[in-house]
Amino acid sequence: MSELTRLSADQAAQAIAAGETSSVELTQALLDRIEAVDGAINAFLHVDADGALAAAKASDEQRASGATSYLSGVPIAVKDVFTTVGQPTTCGSKILEGWIPPYDATVVAKLRAAGLPILGKTNMDEFAMGSSTEHSAYGPTRNPWDTDRIPGGSGGGSAAAVAAFEAPLALGTDTGGSIRQPGAVTGTVGVKPTYGGVSRYGLVAMASSLDQAGPVTRTVLDAALLHEVIAGHDPMDSTSIDAPVPAVVAAARRADVKGLRIGLVRELQGSVESGGGFQAGVQARFDDAVGLLTDAGAEVVEVSCPSFVHGIAAYYLVMPSEASSNLARFDAMRYGLRVGPEGVDDPSAEQVMAASRDAGFGDEVKRRIILGTYALSSGYYDAYYGSAQKVRTLIARDFAAAFEQVDLLVSPTSPVTAWPLGEKSDDPLAMYLADVATIPANLAGVPGLSLPVGLADEDQMPVGLQFLAPAMADDRLYNAAAALEGLLEDRWGGRLLDQAPVLEGAR
Amino acid sequence: MSDTLVPFDEAITRYDPVMGLEVHIELNTATKMFCGCPTEFGAEPNTQTCPVCLALPGALPVVNAKAVESAIRIGLALNCDIAEYCRFARKNYFYPDMPKNFQTSQYDEPIAFDGWTEVEVEGETFRIDIERAHMEEDTGKSLHVGGSTGRIHGAEYSLVDYNRAGIPLIEIVTRTIEVPAEKAPAVARAYVSHLRDLIGGLGVSDVRMDQGSLRADVNLSLKPKGSDTLGTRSETKNVNSFRSVERAVRYEVSRHAGVLDAGEKVVQETRHFHESDGSTSSGREKSDADDYRYFPEPDLAPVSPSRAWVEELRATLPEPPAQRRARLQTEWDFSDLDMRDTIGAGALDLVAATIEAGASPQSARKWWLGELARRANEDGVDLDALAITPGQVAGIQSLIDAGRINDKLARQVFDGVLAGEGTPEEVVTARGLEVVSDDGALGAAVDQAIADDPDAAQKIRDGKHQAVGALIGSVMKQMRGQADAGRVRELILERLS
Repeated sequence: MSELTRLSADQAAQAIAAGETSSVELTQALLDRIEAVDGAINAFLHVDADGALAAAKASDEQRASGATSYLSGVPIAVKDVFTTVGQPTTCGSKILEGWIPPYDATVVAKLRAAGLPILGKTNMDEFAMGSSTEHSAYGPTRNPWDTDRIPGGSGGGSAAAVAAFEAPLALGTDTGGSIRQPGAVTGTVGVKPTYGGVSRYGLVAMASSLDQAGPVTRTVLDAALLHEVIAGHDPMDSTSIDAPVPAVVAAARRADVKGLRIGLVRELQGSVESGGGFQAGVQARFDDAVGLLTDAGAEVVEVSCPSFVHGIAAYYLVMPSEASSNLARFDAMRYGLRVGPEGVDDPSAEQVMAASRDAGFGDEVKRRIILGTYALSSGYYDAYYGSAQKVRTLIARDFAAAFEQVDLLVSPTSPVTAWPLGEKSDDPLAMYLADVATIPANLAGVPGLSLPVGLADEDQMPVGLQFLAPAMADDRLYNAAAALEGLLEDRWGGRLLDQAPVLEGAR
Repeated sequence: MSDTLVPFDEAITRYDPVMGLEVHIELNTATKMFCGCPTEFGAEPNTQTCPVCLALPGALPVVNAKAVESAIRIGLALNCDIAEYCRFARKNYFYPDMPKNFQTSQYDEPIAFDGWTEVEVEGETFRIDIERAHMEEDTGKSLHVGGSTGRIHGAEYSLVDYNRAGIPLIEIVTRTIEVPAEKAPAVARAYVSHLRDLIGGLGVSDVRMDQGSLRADVNLSLKPKGSDTLGTRSETKNVNSFRSVERAVRYEVSRHAGVLDAGEKVVQETRHFHESDGSTSSGREKSDADDYRYFPEPDLAPVSPSRAWVEELRATLPEPPAQRRARLQTEWDFSDLDMRDTIGAGALDLVAATIEAGASPQSARKWWLGELARRANEDGVDLDALAITPGQVAGIQSLIDAGRINDKLARQVFDGVLAGEGTPEEVVTARGLEVVSDDGALGAAVDQAIADDPDAAQKIRDGKHQAVGALIGSVMKQMRGQADAGRVRELILERLS
């Protein structure tokens, strides 16, 4: 494997700026790496070698003639849920197979404007519905730590691409944990910014009030650098916040937890209140990390957020309700898959719609459309959607009360490490429980960051810890996470990913 | 299946109609409700579209602030309360011309609610209560090709034009309207026509029924006379002219009565109105089982118009029609009858403008309701379609007031102006219509008249002044009407007393 591919985005940016390498050289190295390992990982649904190299060349030329952005020339992989001019956007679904968007998502446009070559589009659970990337219509992505295990989901492709050194940076989306949970189970860093902090324009919606785009990287600083590129108000997104972007890069460089008050969420650990289910190795690595924070001068206290235990129930009403409506547009009328009903000579538009949706959507998508349609039905609305919205309010109040006592909250990101492929495929509820710790942040709109804190003793698979901060205080996440990352790397004598197995066929 | 109809006049001896009107107003904003696409009417199909109004994956809506402003002004003009906080909602159902397969509308939080307005029919005022006025977006337009009806059933294929998708609409919903049965069709028509004037006056819509920028749905049910039990209603859609509103009400009263008389049940359904014969036919059956799964639109921020802004907008409203009518009646010193006739003839604005241009109220009313109404009637056009302006009418009156023409000559000036011969002044000059008041010319004609009719002359000498008329007539004849009648009278009396 070329040493170039192992550089963090920050290191790569510095190497390019110093003339030690070029964007074209780096981009080519990553494309070679993808060529070598992605057959085993399946992180990418589409690789745009020509487009990436052209963008790399443009970045190199621009650098030769003057100023560029800090990350200019550093390649990135983009989750296949963002629209990209000239590259297919499938959302992991057959229903969008072959669709090439005529417009760029705002975040994609920002990446292009900042000179980041886009390597390609990464695999995901269909329409971001899942925690394992097994629900992709294009085959599962595999975990670089153990290719018989899942890489998390829905953004398993982005996390695996970064973990397998196929890209230093990736873009993900997090509706109930789809950035943070894959980060946790692949030993990478994943950030869900404050809701409204990053534009959703061009992000194909699952649940509008929960979806948020964010960085997937190997270091906390890299995540902050990418966060700065993609964040900010967008007039095309009415839910985007019109306020300055928190100073996340400065916070990542500060990396000091001395005097910080950090709250352990009682309901999000291996406690009785959480219903248990937290793997021993996960709890152990989490406790070690909390110990490091305490040793570094943070004041760690336990706080209670009693409504968090209702998070999953509320989430599985709000999310499918919104999804059932958001996915109605896939009707075979204007784009995407169109099939006629079998045995009907002269089908009506309605029959074509029904047949196309039946053929184009996978089981998990259909399950959630049915759930959401039911939850919004007249007569059930108050009991389901209405009650779920009340739970959201209660969860937001729990956060508000907790943040009066502490600066940040911490919990394990995922209660379990990466499980073997297929293990939970027949048990949707077990799969849903993987998001127990990540969901409250989405319901309340607050930011969260997951970083690797070691390997579980029982399976030697990565464990993640998440920090949660008040809305628009994303900088606090980066400060604390960068500090903890430094303490852990001192202990490990390097990065956790250095311990990952070298992939078969890798050069 | 043809409908069994009971003649309207007979039907209303046994039943009372209960109406509700839903009017959709297309706003004339430069851009669509949730995107920046232009809204021009009649453009090439699918040329005014973008990712947002085509509902491409990932696209998001942004509210058009001008549309919110227009909605508030309409709400205020209808005496509604304006919500301090309201949200959009998604109305979910599948239809090929609706790109998102949900319509972004408002559900239980309309921007304007609890209003009222007044309409006048034959001098009688009816109050119409407004339940709500809410914002929503239009759908695309389906064109069903092949088949005989132009409807989807039987069509070979359908085409969809998304130019209209996302055009801002305001839906205005009345509370139930219960008026004396015989007045119901006229009240329905007057209400829609009144909305046209009221909203047209705000400048927020073209309010043209023929172009679909004002569309009316007529909901109607019957209840047996003396009963309080409401019947099942039908919804007659997209009735495309004021006259059709009236006809649709009459037809549905007749049809419902036929169904009820036969002991059958009225089906709750959508009806299509047919301009050709004034009938309606069954459309989609609609029931309370229709479930649109409304929920608050999560892609849009709530609309919270500040009270200061609402008051600013209130200050931009034109004077309410009823208040204006009352004010003008006082200013003009019109009797109730004068006023009713003026309004009934559709001449209120024309008379007002003529007075504005300098004519006295009585003369303005006289010309528009007399001479000009007669000519409009002869040509089968509305008064405001005549080729004469209020300014020109005032100009003719000022020539009369100056003694340069008389009423009889004025009719010839109207002829000239309506024929496009120019201004009243130009017509008078070109046609040589000015009255003669020169004593020399008049004196000769007077002498001739006296000589021609010695009997009349003698009667005048005997003090029977009513005989003067005959001599004046004779002078007028000689002068081809262009004599100053007052001066002629003076000259005759001078000579014969």
